[in-house]
Amino acid sequence: MWFPKLLPVTERSLLRPFLHHTTNPLLHSSTTSLRQSNLLPRRVSTAAVSPMESISVLMTCPPVHPYLVEALEKRFTLHKLDSVPDKPQFLSSHRDSIRAVVGNAAAGADAELIDQLPKLEIVSSYSVGLDKIDLAKCKEKGIRVTNTPDVLTDDVADLALGLMLAVLRRLCESDRYVRSGLWKKGDYKLTTKFSGKTVGIIGLGRIGMAIAQRAEAFSCPISYFSRSQKPGINYKYHPSVVDLAANCDILVVACALTPETRHIINREVIDALGPKGVLINIGRGPHVDEAELVSALVEGRLGGAGLDVFQDEPNVPEELFKLENVVLLPHVGSGTVETRQAMADLVVGNLEAHFLNKPLLTPVV
Amino acid sequence: MGSPAADEDLPQVLLIRNPPAFTIDGEEQFTSAKFRFLKAFESTLPPHDFLAARAQSVRAMLASGGAVVDASVLQFLPELRLIVTTTAGLNQLDLPECRRRGIRIANAGDVYSADVADCAVGLLIDVLRKISACNRYVKQGFWASKGDYPLGSKLRGKRIGIVGLGRIGYQVAKRLEAFGCSIAYNSRKAKPGVSYPFYQEVQELAAKSDALILCCGLTEQTRHMINKEVLAALGKDGVIVNIARGGVIDEKEMVRCLMEGEIAGAGLDVFENEPDAPKELMELDNVVMSPHCAVFTRESLLDVARLVVGNLEAFFSNEPLLSEYEDD
Repeated sequence: MWFPKLLPVTERSLLRPFLHHTTNPLLHSSTTSLRQSNLLPRRVSTAAVSPMESISVLMTCPPVHPYLVEALEKRFTLHKLDSVPDKPQFLSSHRDSIRAVVGNAAAGADAELIDQLPKLEIVSSYSVGLDKIDLAKCKEKGIRVTNTPDVLTDDVADLALGLMLAVLRRLCESDRYVRSGLWKKGDYKLTTKFSGKTVGIIGLGRIGMAIAQRAEAFSCPISYFSRSQKPGINYKYHPSVVDLAANCDILVVACALTPETRHIINREVIDALGPKGVLINIGRGPHVDEAELVSALVEGRLGGAGLDVFQDEPNVPEELFKLENVVLLPHVGSGTVETRQAMADLVVGNLEAHFLNKPLLTPVV
Repeated sequence: MGSPAADEDLPQVLLIRNPPAFTIDGEEQFTSAKFRFLKAFESTLPPHDFLAARAQSVRAMLASGGAVVDASVLQFLPELRLIVTTTAGLNQLDLPECRRRGIRIANAGDVYSADVADCAVGLLIDVLRKISACNRYVKQGFWASKGDYPLGSKLRGKRIGIVGLGRIGYQVAKRLEAFGCSIAYNSRKAKPGVSYPFYQEVQELAAKSDALILCCGLTEQTRHMINKEVLAALGKDGVIVNIARGGVIDEKEMVRCLMEGEIAGAGLDVFENEPDAPKELMELDNVVMSPHCAVFTRESLLDVARLVVGNLEAFFSNEPLLSEYEDD
């Protein structure tokens, strides 16, 4: 009988056909006997074990989500593109094995990548935004696409409200005021009331509606811009973003990033929002002409901003660092333990459904 | 405004201290054709001497938060029938003594409630989603150099325990319901017509809450009400938000709990010894502090000025007060 030595973890994949698909004894104590765990290599055909561990999944985004990485590694053969020194060589040598891609807001599957992976069947994004995926190309090639809608709606909407309160009420700055000992010298200055301010929402999808519902609890009148007016909605519709910006106190970007919505916040919109207006961006960095935004804030032509997303994350324009009317967050819209876990479960669940020929959980294409 | 002789006929409103609102808002927001101010703090006489000499016939007073009005002051004001405050809280007044003397009270009513509730919600979201901590992190350039910030905690489904379901507490509850939180409360007694679960004991409320939000007045009964037992009941995943008064919490005990991870975080607008906030908190990322400014928005200060003037004018015209405070 052949007893395989306890192999280092990196060679685990060689043993995969012989392992029960839900446990991996090499993760247990190193003294665990393979014989005792009843996982001796038997002469079984690979058809008798679950085929999923042998499926190659390529993670195109940096592997910064431990729960997701672990869940994928447990079920599939996961390749992390970020860790590969020679990416073109890797893609070329794995072109016939990669059947799935997992991406996120930072990186997904563009046309170039899709062309290099002829066996690609599904792209599962750890995000609700799809701007990093060439959807048209996927459709053309019959590649399925899934994302993580609904599970993150609450968190993103909560953060939008949190940013509005933080900017208008200067919560971060007054925290700094206390920590620096300045309170001993005198009171902090007056801030701006949030309740009752008009909130203008660009994009009244799931997240936009959730923001509206929360803001209503603060007696904020709601107005919006959308590709088309929504029937049955009581909020005031504006036919252009400039019009919306001119008629609200707080403008929130809550739409998807598409070629049409790139730089939807431009100089004209910023001017319309004005020196008392506040911009909240929980969409994507490219929604905003960042250079225009920075100069407007630095020059006082815009009243304030709460930004969770940027043109070139994680790089944030340093001119914004010293501004007390600006709150900057490191893309944490969905950043709670609970939601990231739910998102990971959706990614894995969609992949499993696909490879088991079951209906996808949250298909886009 | 009018000839000096006409001004002399105007009824006087006593000011023991210069109200902060006069400095911040501008005194002109408080002027009226129906009364004039008698400013004790501008006199060179010691306060009680001034009152004895000049305030015998004064019928109304404007008291800001720092103007203590107790028997030692009231003894010099035999004609006083109205105290208007710029504050919602009344702990600067000896209420039983005022009632004994037949003095009516008009406070800030609901003027500040929205702002204070907004601050409470803002602090809670900040603590749970680490907004101030993340803002600091990004503004120090750490996102690029150190990577992502640790994850926060979801709001939906959190059990909120409101301590004191008055005007402010109620507004906090209405807001947090929109975020999918569930609400329970403690108050001196259960409020009729309110469907939120009521807990007579704060400790029991704390045990059943993920976050406690303090919205009660500071009285002898509520001083240090949030003590070691209550904080232990709140537990290591619990968050406390205080927009009431620093004295409602045993601050030393709370600081110890925060330092040792026995509660998860705190959002604090008020402290026991303002403007000194405990120095141990200055290094903690799970604490958000603000310098007792939950009411200080431009809009509310303008609103309170209008309310003060409205109350005083109503009093001097024998009309109903706009925001009379009734003991319950």
